[in-house]
Amino acid sequence: MRHLLSTKDLSRDDAIMILDVAEDMSDVQLREVKKLPTLRGKTVVNLFFEDSTRTRISFELAAKRLSADVINFSAKGSSVSKGESLKDTAQTLAAMGADGVVIRHSSSGSPQLLADSGWIDAGIVNAGDGTHEHPTQALLDAFTMRRRIHGAASRGRDLSGVSVLIVGDILHSRVARSNLWLLRTLGAEVTFVAPATLLPFGAETWPAGIRYDLDAAIAEVNPDVVMMLRIQSERMNAAFFPNPREYARVWGLDDERLARLRPDTIVMHPGPMNRGLEISSRAADSAQSTVIEQVANGVSIRMAVLYLLLSGDREGSA
Amino acid sequence: MARIVLQQADIARALTRISHEILESNRGSSNLVLMGVPTRGILLARRIADIIDQIEPDSAPCLVGSLDVTMYRDDLAHQPTRATQQTQVPAGGIDGKTVVLVDDVLFSGRTVRSALDALNDLGRPRAVRLAVLVDRGHRELPIRADFVGKNLPTSTKERINVRLSETDGAEEVSIEGQAEMTEDGE
Amino acid sequence: MSTQYLIVGATLPDGSKSDLRIANGRITERGTGLKSDGAAMIDANGLIALPGLVDLHTHLREPGFEQSETVLSGTRAAAAGGFTSVFAMANTMPVADTSGVVEQVQSLGDAAGYATVRPIGAVTVGLAGERLSEIGAMAHSRAAVSVFSDDGKCVHDSLLMRRALEYVKTFNGVIAQHAQDPRLTEKSQMNEGALSSELGLAGWPAVAEESIIARDVLLAEHVGARLHICHLSTAGSVDVMRWAKARGIDVTAEVTPHHLLLTEELVRSYDARFKVNPPLRRDEDVLALRAGVADGTIDIIATDHAPHPDEAKDCEWDHAAFGMVGLESALSVTQTALVDTGIVGWNDVARLLSHAPARIGRLAGHTHDFAVGSPANITLTDPSASSTFGLANLVGKSRNSPYLGMTLSGSVRHTFHHGYATLTDGVLVDPAEVAAHATEWRTTHG
Repeated sequence: MRHLLSTKDLSRDDAIMILDVAEDMSDVQLREVKKLPTLRGKTVVNLFFEDSTRTRISFELAAKRLSADVINFSAKGSSVSKGESLKDTAQTLAAMGADGVVIRHSSSGSPQLLADSGWIDAGIVNAGDGTHEHPTQALLDAFTMRRRIHGAASRGRDLSGVSVLIVGDILHSRVARSNLWLLRTLGAEVTFVAPATLLPFGAETWPAGIRYDLDAAIAEVNPDVVMMLRIQSERMNAAFFPNPREYARVWGLDDERLARLRPDTIVMHPGPMNRGLEISSRAADSAQSTVIEQVANGVSIRMAVLYLLLSGDREGSA
Repeated sequence: MARIVLQQADIARALTRISHEILESNRGSSNLVLMGVPTRGILLARRIADIIDQIEPDSAPCLVGSLDVTMYRDDLAHQPTRATQQTQVPAGGIDGKTVVLVDDVLFSGRTVRSALDALNDLGRPRAVRLAVLVDRGHRELPIRADFVGKNLPTSTKERINVRLSETDGAEEVSIEGQAEMTEDGE
Repeated sequence: MSTQYLIVGATLPDGSKSDLRIANGRITERGTGLKSDGAAMIDANGLIALPGLVDLHTHLREPGFEQSETVLSGTRAAAAGGFTSVFAMANTMPVADTSGVVEQVQSLGDAAGYATVRPIGAVTVGLAGERLSEIGAMAHSRAAVSVFSDDGKCVHDSLLMRRALEYVKTFNGVIAQHAQDPRLTEKSQMNEGALSSELGLAGWPAVAEESIIARDVLLAEHVGARLHICHLSTAGSVDVMRWAKARGIDVTAEVTPHHLLLTEELVRSYDARFKVNPPLRRDEDVLALRAGVADGTIDIIATDHAPHPDEAKDCEWDHAAFGMVGLESALSVTQTALVDTGIVGWNDVARLLSHAPARIGRLAGHTHDFAVGSPANITLTDPSASSTFGLANLVGKSRNSPYLGMTLSGSVRHTFHHGYATLTDGVLVDPAEVAAHATEWRTTHG
């Protein structure tokens, strides 16, 4: 692997290798010495054009636990906010010898642009681009599901037969897209549940079930996993739905719907949550919820990805 | 081209001798942890533990773990990326224990160096020993084995192939003439 | 100083072979075995002669955006592409909404001499879509503007569009509408479909174009005005246009070469060279547009030549500018998409790229069929050529061509404007020489 730009193009073997390496990285998290010398002398740049403290510190911790030097390059307050182009930024980082660039950008396709442009010869990790993809989030979600379902016997396994409901703002969600492609590659069944205004145009051609009614979906799909997506505040007044109250009533995972899930159904949320809107506090804090595990697993997944992208002989790993 | 240097019976005898030597130097099997280096080192560690348990039936079962050294290698940047393997430390950890690292072939010593670093991050053993089935020489670091199944003088162009029944469907150690690409070695 | 030319052995659009003598800006003799009589000989064996190409939709960028293109550089690109006349869109800075701006653009074109430049006037002041610009003044100016367009923006206010259609009737003009519902296309980045959803780029739905076309053909019918629709891009637009023409509405339609050849699949690369407005559509749309050309629903091919500097394209997709250069590649793309595929013949190419746009734009001198006495606006192209389109093919200021690296058919070899050469053997004639010929032509014909 040279870059990690999307899950759409990730093969099953590569996906399972990442998950398996993440298992080993996860073991390291339990040790007293949580650091590995693997990426000593390598430089990882967190290039964040969009604020996301959670994702940034997760990548930062992952890189540091692999002994890489980490530079955080935030677009705010930098030359980028003064109009410097992505090209100039990339060439600057290349000149400084960055080995890996973790990029978060509001423009879909920016990571691919960096990877294809020739401006920089570093391994590129997509940390979320526009409404396109967020591959490490999908990998940590799959990792979390696999651990809950297969436990200590997870290594080498996929998610065959696992049924996943993804509920909420699919339209604007890079997490939903990355999850769909990866979960399908790993053999899971995916159903999107959302009002029609929040489903992507043409989603009926995607390999996912489409439903509008969350109650019917819970009853009929009998899901192993329910993943709730965040409703961004800027959507609330843009005619996607009448108001937050109606949204919560129809598409929120409230206490009553939580009670109707199987006791072993996993409740997931990529965070940050709007408690009381898409998910109730009781659902978020229940034993079925993996919200905290997802955060911990995020570090393991990102360590695995950085290790696989940056440790080998980069000439030979085209 | 391949020349067999250890047959099944030779390997069995070597492991039995190593087991006795470990028990003798450790004065029994207490506070002993065998840590195999993947892949074949783990198999050899398990066999040695089984033999030790037969020799000392009244002691607690000998503790065995595995130690993946991939993340500690000094040649990561010069090789295609490797998948990692699981590190398993027996319950009770390695603090204050005598850890015997077990590997199939000792060559440059770099794997052992990586293993010592990896062990360091897992805890603080009382002592660390090294057991290998074959020592083929050509050390590049000041490292020597405490327990050796067989010393095999080789040229650097030759390859040592260790095959064990659990993974390879055969039980033998052979030397191959030229730098032909085969599995394992060190 | 006027040069006589003898074009030998050219294949005319109707398939016949003929020699053509050019003198004093006109075709003076036609036949076979013509004697040189001191004329410069052009060996046109194997070449197709077309009436000089007319582009009803060019962005020359001057005044205001001279880093992208100037009237001189844009008309050089036109000459290299076989064009002898271009209609310059109004979205300059300042906008071409007064007689002063259109006269300036026209005189820059006259001075350069590579092609006849016909300015298009803005429909509304500053393209703001609020009140009509000085349409009468522009029509009566020295530039004699006959085509009005807010291209780049849609005249979306229904009442304003009605008034514009009515008002230009007064001057025998035509409104060229850029059909795009602005609310349905806010922040749009590419064709709306499963692919835009996958790539995470905001969609530009076909209905945003089709609904405006449907409204405007009905308005044109209602007020009895002439209407031209710019750059049709969807199968639905072809259907609406086919219905309007069957109903007898006085409407014409244009399609760009890129919408006849390229599809949205190219956007997968996130390479902003493929970012254009209206966006590249699906395979089905390309096929429907070709069928629309074949059955006459679509009247003309126009380039929508839209130059941008490198920095406007060398960036994130949604930061990049819309538009592609197209003058240099138009004839090759037309041949590749329509002629090589057997959809149209060279007679149709002459109509689509010369006769029909000249008629819509009320442009004299481009409606000829090589009769003796016709103005000598002539393009000679080699249809047997096939080559990789490269930077060397781009002679304008900008390099934002989607065809770089693609194999295209045909190669424009010679272009004659007003009887003088602007392109010889595929090489542009020197600017000073062209300018001198242009001055001479104006003094004898002006």
